[in-house]
Amino acid sequence: MKIAVCVKQVPDTWAEKKLRSDDSTLDREAADGVMNELDEYAVEEALKLQEAHGGEITIITMGPERAGETVRKALSMGADAAVHLVDDSLHGSDALATSYALATILTGRDFDLVFFGSESTDARMSVVPAMVAERLGVAQLTFAQKVDVDGTSVTIQRVTDYGFETVVANMPAVVSVVEKINEPRYPSFKGIMAAKKKPVETLSTVDAGLEGSQLGLAAAWTVVEDFAARPPKAAGTIVTDEGDGGVKLAEFLATQKFI
Amino acid sequence: MPSAPQRPLDLFAIDHLLSEEERAMRDVVRAYVDAQIKPRVAGWFESGEIPARELALELGELGVLGMHLEGYDCAGTSAVAYGLACMELEAGDSGIRSLVSVQGSLAMYAIHAFGSDEQKATWLPRMAAGSAIGCFGLTEADFGSNPSGMRTNAKRDGDDWILNGSKMWITNGNIADVAVVWAQTDDGIRGFVVPTDSPGFTANAIHMKMSLRASVTSELVFTDIRLPGSAMLPGVKGLKGPLSCLNEARFGILFGTMGAARDCLETAISYSIDREQFDKPIASYQLTQKKLADMALELGKGTLLALHLGRLKDEHLIRPEQISVGKLNNAREALNIARECRGILGGNGITLEYPIIRHMNNLESVYTYEGTNEMHTLVVGEALTGIAAYR
Repeated sequence: MKIAVCVKQVPDTWAEKKLRSDDSTLDREAADGVMNELDEYAVEEALKLQEAHGGEITIITMGPERAGETVRKALSMGADAAVHLVDDSLHGSDALATSYALATILTGRDFDLVFFGSESTDARMSVVPAMVAERLGVAQLTFAQKVDVDGTSVTIQRVTDYGFETVVANMPAVVSVVEKINEPRYPSFKGIMAAKKKPVETLSTVDAGLEGSQLGLAAAWTVVEDFAARPPKAAGTIVTDEGDGGVKLAEFLATQKFI
Repeated sequence: MPSAPQRPLDLFAIDHLLSEEERAMRDVVRAYVDAQIKPRVAGWFESGEIPARELALELGELGVLGMHLEGYDCAGTSAVAYGLACMELEAGDSGIRSLVSVQGSLAMYAIHAFGSDEQKATWLPRMAAGSAIGCFGLTEADFGSNPSGMRTNAKRDGDDWILNGSKMWITNGNIADVAVVWAQTDDGIRGFVVPTDSPGFTANAIHMKMSLRASVTSELVFTDIRLPGSAMLPGVKGLKGPLSCLNEARFGILFGTMGAARDCLETAISYSIDREQFDKPIASYQLTQKKLADMALELGKGTLLALHLGRLKDEHLIRPEQISVGKLNNAREALNIARECRGILGGNGITLEYPIIRHMNNLESVYTYEGTNEMHTLVVGEALTGIAAYR
């Protein structure tokens, strides 16, 4: 089985995120980069399927040169090879451009399954997996909390607000995962040392056969007109209990529409 | 408006001195310690019990056990990477780092360096995986700094050996599957690989400790243990065997102590920013800032020293007296930092809600084990003068 896992380097989850003053894009230099947390679950799920069914795992990422750290982390966890699309012209690409680039790289590589984390912690749109599936013309199985592969089909439990749905599709298919699905492993020291020797194919947009007109900030379908820092936290309301604390709390919750 | 606080080691741009691979290994151990050790270790310290078998398997999976050894399923990392792992483990607890030091640098190293092919193949892969735990018997109740006086002895009986005696202060003793035991023979001091299920082997746990409570410490007693001739470590004779193992473990301590000190200082800085007295944070008082600045300097200097000695070790240039320089300085300064931080936290500093008094009490052991402060001082004194003052 051939599995691709699309991963993204994002600013450290706990770091304060900033936008650049010149073009209003995310300032990726302002914080340490880490692998998007949900993507670790995607890598783990691919590794588990590989352990059960054999095959090869390829990591796919697009991002600046330092995103190579995230590629190496995925390889340290146990993936076999990677493709890294890196090009200045990708800067500012929106979800449509990202899905175009990823789908173009995936096309012709004959993957049975393409895994994604169900969202990135920086953009939080959850649309790229669906867009990539659409562009590839294959089934999309999103928000999976369980994945099973049987012969030529893949079955997932898709998390909904009310429980889960069981969804089955023929492979190839795109699967996005939620954090309930597994517990990602730590890279082992042997894995970290072996990662250095694993093949990483570095592609420019030209190498990947991408049209420049569909990429980057200029091609984005949305524009950030203006932004402002979040205002500092306002002081909370202090409820003094004079025998009626419970009622006051309930009234507060009601005015905030919590109850 | 105050600016965002920097972490103490960022003052020294320590990460700039590390390769991406070294940072990746450090980050894995840090993430493991943050998730698996720090939330649980105060409880282990309080109860004096640790799930050592479970931890050994987890540490084996990461590749920490014997990580700087080559072959036999060991990861084969650099000495610096091993040091960085010790630093992160001891930022969790000195007891956890001790478990790893004794397994990797004492027991596994002894077998790796001096063992027969059979001894290596029998024990090292299982010890690297954490499914077998090792301990190291050198110190005796009456022979600490002067191990050459040891009374434990092994006598020939045909092809076999008969081992008698006892060892004291043995980390991992009660949980070990195998003990590397040093004993007097007619041919000088020799090492023996002793399975702990050998008839005549007893381990007695040492209780009522006020330090390293999240660590197993034991007395080992050997009563007419019959060992095959193949149990002796063939590769070394005399005290240089165990002493070279101790140099390996001491090397990990150079880094480990700085991990414990870092955890204390980071805790004290964060506490001093949050804790208000006389209507302002105690961090805004000059007395507190001087303490914090002085401690950050010692932490940074000790960490730079550890890294420098680590690079020397990776180039096979390090000398034993240089390890003494590092152990002497870093154990001493870490203990000073822990005590000063304890004061900054006031009453909160004595509880296990914060890591500081746990580190402080642990460092009291680290200060004297693996060569006391006094012995390392005399090693440095001898290096400077050419005169050995401890004889």
